[in-house]
Amino acid sequence: MKCCVLMAHVPDTASIIKVGPAGNRIDETGIKWIVSPYDEYALEEAIRLKETRGGDVTVLAYGPERVQQGLRECLARGADAAVHVAGSDATFGDALAIARVLAAAVAKTGPFDLVLTGIKGVGSDNALVGAMVAELLGLPHVSGVLKLEIGDGTLTAHREVEGGGEAITAPLPCVLTAQKGLNEPRYPSLKGIMAAKKVPIRALAFAELGLDEGALAGAEAGCRWRSLALPPVKSGGTILKGEEDPAGAARELARLLREQAKAI
Amino acid sequence: MACILAFVEQRDGVIRKASLESLSEAKRQADAAGWTTCAALIGHGVAARAATLGAHGAATVYVVDDEKLARYSPEGYAAALQAVVDRCPPEALLMAGTIVGRDLSGRVAARLGVGCLSDCTQVTLEGGTLVAVRPVYSGKALATAEGGAKRPVVATLRPNVFPATAGGGVATVETVALPAVDLRAVVREVFAKEGGELDVAEADVIVSGGRGIKGPEHFALIRELAQALGGAVGASRAVVDAGWIDHGNQVGQTGKVVSPSLYIACGISGAIQHLAGMSSSKLIVAINKDPEAPIFKVADYGIVGDLFQVLPALTEEIRKLKAEG
Repeated sequence: MKCCVLMAHVPDTASIIKVGPAGNRIDETGIKWIVSPYDEYALEEAIRLKETRGGDVTVLAYGPERVQQGLRECLARGADAAVHVAGSDATFGDALAIARVLAAAVAKTGPFDLVLTGIKGVGSDNALVGAMVAELLGLPHVSGVLKLEIGDGTLTAHREVEGGGEAITAPLPCVLTAQKGLNEPRYPSLKGIMAAKKVPIRALAFAELGLDEGALAGAEAGCRWRSLALPPVKSGGTILKGEEDPAGAARELARLLREQAKAI
Repeated sequence: MACILAFVEQRDGVIRKASLESLSEAKRQADAAGWTTCAALIGHGVAARAATLGAHGAATVYVVDDEKLARYSPEGYAAALQAVVDRCPPEALLMAGTIVGRDLSGRVAARLGVGCLSDCTQVTLEGGTLVAVRPVYSGKALATAEGGAKRPVVATLRPNVFPATAGGGVATVETVALPAVDLRAVVREVFAKEGGELDVAEADVIVSGGRGIKGPEHFALIRELAQALGGAVGASRAVVDAGWIDHGNQVGQTGKVVSPSLYIACGISGAIQHLAGMSSSKLIVAINKDPEAPIFKVADYGIVGDLFQVLPALTEEIRKLKAEG
């Protein structure tokens, strides 16, 4: 199995988000960057396939210089090769532009039996890149995979739908997006961390992909972020004391929900 | 005349409520711009439902009815929707941000070579350009994003945010043939969730439990309150990771981001990741024994107290109020 994992490098989920000076991007001061949690599930599944069926795992990322830290972390966990398409943040938030870059990079570095990524990056929260890359490469895809079985040239993937689940079959090659629950990602070992330092990260330039980042972010852009704002801060909630008389507080809450908030 | 197309999702022949919200919003935006509203209905044996979409604002309903479309598949539905777009052709394509909508939107946008604005909570047209507000960083920030030059720009709308309105007219129904398509990723089996529990992503009321409930067996307290309110059961990451409840119930940054009318957090302290996933709920109620818990900072109402005593009393009170009508 030759697997390719598409990795997004995102702010730690514990980060406090502030608006940056450009007004349409976050303030990156003090932000700790991590491999997007859903991409960790994708990577773990690829490494497990390598361990059980042989083959190798390539991790691919598009973004500024710092995403190389994320690529190193993936190598430390067990990926064999890493590819970096260096770019600016001009296409940030535009899943179409990002998918165009990633699809071209997959085509350039492949062929692969499986392309895996997280169901979403926990940043711009588009949850689009997997399906878009599949369409651009002319491959089938399954999103939100919770369980994966590989057969002879085919796969069966389980996913959640509203009110239940589905088992989907698809031929290889295929694109999958990983949902939480697919597996329990491993931590990088010390040996892995040391070994990862020696693996060269392959740099892919836009010119090699036949793409122009300026055009992708300009005339060909799918969308652009105009501005970023923080949600309104709530205040002045009615908090009842229920330590002494829990039943009384519950009665009062039910009354408020009915009469004041008209929620019941 | 320029138009906005709404993709209307049905499951087993039943039109999804979230799709009626998207269709209604398409109608509001089209009316403001002086455009028409169209709907795309895709499936097998669904043609009879088409005319009813007129009531929600569709002037024309394009129906793609084919046995290959009996179940959702990204390739089949993308081919069908592309055929409708080619026939229409719309300036914008709106769909509900359901599991199907979130999946199909990416496939179809890439096929059309257009942008997609995901999980929008507000949309407007400015000189023909679709502009949307969308929660990003799981709701820690709100991005205002605009679609690119190529049309139709696709947008998925967050369920439970846009009102569904009726009172429209009668729609003209047009049949569109499904182009030749090779379905590769196909559904082989469907599993229903035990007990037919309502999904948090669709629910208008959610009652969530966190570490404060002390053990998986106490989810019964959460379930009873959820049942009394006709709502769904949610959970914090801590209890999902502890294996007390399925990940499908998790609300938060690595779970589902929700905007119900009423969200009741029980024994949830309110980690930043959880707050991100539920703080856009219209009304938030917190029950926690720690008065300093961060959840109280986003709560409209709360009780500082022992949930093992508060919850049964609250469930009973709500049952009484519901019985009174």
